[in-house]
Amino acid sequence: MMISKMNLIPFLVIIPLAGAFLIPAFGKRIKILGEIVSTIATLSMFVLSVFLAFSISIKKVLIYNVGGWPGPFGISMVVDGLSVFMLITVNLIAFLVAVFSIDYIKRYTDTWKFYTLFILMVSGMNGVLIAGDLFNLYVFLEVAAIAAYSLVAFGTKGEELEASFKYAVMGAVGSGFILLGIALLYNYTSTLNMADMASVITAKGTLKIIPFVSVLFLMGFGLKGAIVPFHAWLPDAHTSAPTPISAMLSGVLIKVLGIYSLLRIFFNVLGVSDTILAIFMFLGVISILIGVILAVGQWDFKRLLAYHSISQIGYIMLGVGLGTPIGIFGGLFHLFNHSIFKSLLFLNSGAVDYSIGTRDLKDMGGLSEKMPVTAGTNLIASMSIAGIPPLNGFFSKLIIIIACFQANRAGYAFWAVVGSLLTLASFMKVQRYAFSGPLNKKWQNAKEVPAAMSAAMVILAIICVIGGLLAMPAFASFIRSAAEVLSRGKEYADFITGAMK
Amino acid sequence: MITVYILCLVLFLVGLYCVVRKRNLIKIIIGIGIMEYAVNFFFILTGYRTEGRSPIFASDQAIKNMVDPLPQAVVSTAIVIGLAFMLLLVGIAIKIYEKYGTFDITKINRLKG
Repeated sequence: MMISKMNLIPFLVIIPLAGAFLIPAFGKRIKILGEIVSTIATLSMFVLSVFLAFSISIKKVLIYNVGGWPGPFGISMVVDGLSVFMLITVNLIAFLVAVFSIDYIKRYTDTWKFYTLFILMVSGMNGVLIAGDLFNLYVFLEVAAIAAYSLVAFGTKGEELEASFKYAVMGAVGSGFILLGIALLYNYTSTLNMADMASVITAKGTLKIIPFVSVLFLMGFGLKGAIVPFHAWLPDAHTSAPTPISAMLSGVLIKVLGIYSLLRIFFNVLGVSDTILAIFMFLGVISILIGVILAVGQWDFKRLLAYHSISQIGYIMLGVGLGTPIGIFGGLFHLFNHSIFKSLLFLNSGAVDYSIGTRDLKDMGGLSEKMPVTAGTNLIASMSIAGIPPLNGFFSKLIIIIACFQANRAGYAFWAVVGSLLTLASFMKVQRYAFSGPLNKKWQNAKEVPAAMSAAMVILAIICVIGGLLAMPAFASFIRSAAEVLSRGKEYADFITGAMK
Repeated sequence: MITVYILCLVLFLVGLYCVVRKRNLIKIIIGIGIMEYAVNFFFILTGYRTEGRSPIFASDQAIKNMVDPLPQAVVSTAIVIGLAFMLLLVGIAIKIYEKYGTFDITKINRLKG
C-alpha cells in the first residue's frame, strides 16, 4: 500500500504535462477541450494533493525514485509537510482560476493557447514543489517562469508586451544567479540532491563559499519572488496579464518560485544563521512598508492589488524570518491566507472588468447594486487582507505580531501594524469608490457575471471566512507539519536521507 | 586554470553590463545570451579534471582520470532551456517593434512603473 502512494507523486507533473500536450494537439478542432482538460486536471491534482496530505500525516515523508535509482545518485521526488501544504494551496487556486477562466477568457481569441500555457505553468509549479534535487528545482522553475512570461504577453497589446519583456529580462538575470549558485554548490559538495548536499555541508563545515552562494540565491529567488528591492517587474506584469493569470501569479507563482524555493534552500540545505534571519526580517519589513505606501496612491484596481502583493509577501518574510516555531507558523499561515484572498481580489477585479470594461477606480461607483456577488465577496476579501476579525487574514497577522513580541522584536511588530492600517485605508478606498455610494449613470446596464465566475469567487470567500479555523488546535496540524520542516532546519536532511534508504 | 575562471567571470560581467546598461532590446537579449553562456561555461569547468578523458568504460582501456559527466548533462539541459527562452524573448521583441516601431527602451514607456 505504501508503494502505491509513492507512485502517485509523479502524477502531479504527468497530469498537467499530458494536458499541455492534448490541448494543442486537438484544441483547434474541439473548441471546449481546453476548458474541460484544465478543469479536470487541476481538480484531480487538488484531490491528489489532499490525499497525499493524509498520507504525510502518518508517514511524514514520501519519496519517489525516478527510474528506480535510489537517491542521492538518482533523481528523487520528495513530498513532505511543506511540499504538501504548498501543493494544496497551488492546486486549489489553480482549480478555481480554471473555473473562473471558462467565461472570462472568451474575450480573447485562440483560448486553447491560453489553457496550454496555464496548465504548463501549473505543472512547473508542482514540479518545483516535489523536486528533491536542486537542478530539477531549477528546470521546473524555468518551465513555470517561461509559461508565465508568455502568459503576461497573452493580450499582445503594446503595454502587455512591454511588461512581459521587462519581467522576462529580470527573470533571466535571476535565473542566471540561481544557476551560478547551483554550480558553485555542486563544485563544493559534489552532489545535487538537497538532503545529501545539506549533510555534506554540515560535515565539511561552513566555508567562505556559503555566504557568497547565499547572496546569489537571495538575489535570484528574491527577483522571482518580488521582494523589495527586486520588485520592479511585479506591478507591470500583474497588471498586464489576463486577470485569471494575475490571480495565479500573485496568489501562487511568486510564492512557489520565490518564497518556497528560498525557504527550502536556506532552511533545509544551507542552514540559517542569525545574519540570514535578520536579512529576511529586514527585507520583510521594507517590503511591507514600500509595497503598501506605493499601493495607497494607485487608481488602477489591478495595479493597487499588485503593490499589495509586495506588501503581503513582506509579512510572510517577516514571520518566517523570526525563526521561532510560532513565527514560521504565522508566516506560512499568512502565505496560505494571502493566496486565498489575493486571488479572490484579482478575480473580483476581473469580474468588474468583464462587466463594465474598466479597471479605473474613479470611473466605477455603486456597483454593489448591480453586482451583489462581486461586491459581497470583495468586501470579505478586503476585510480579510486588512486584518479584520474574524476573517483569516486577522489570525495570521495576529500570530506574526505576537511572534514578533515573543522574539523581542517590538519595532518590527510596530511596522507590521502600521502596514496593516495603511492596507485597511487603501481597501476602504476600493470599497468607497468601486462598490458603495450612488451608482455611476454609465453602468445602468451592468450585469452580474456568469455563474461559473461567481461560483469561483464565492468558494474563495467561504474559505476566507472559515480559514481562520486553521489556526485552531484541532486543525493546526496541517500547517504545523509544514512549519516543522522549516524549524527543524538541517536535521531534516538526515531524516530524508534516512527515508531514502 | 585560474585564468580560465577569471575569463569566465569577465564574460559573466560583460553580459550583466550589457543587460543593465544597453538601450537596444536586441542588445539586451544578446547580453542575456552572454550571461547564460558564461554560467554554462563555468558549470562545465567545475567538472573538468586535468588530463581527464570522457567517462566511458571500455574493456581495453585503463582508466586514470575522468572528467565529471554530471555537469555536462546538466548544462545540455540548461542550454535547451536557454534556447527556448531566447526564442520567446526574440518573439516578444519582434512584436514590440511592430507596436512601437523602435527597439529603444527609453521610447518604449507606455507603462507607468
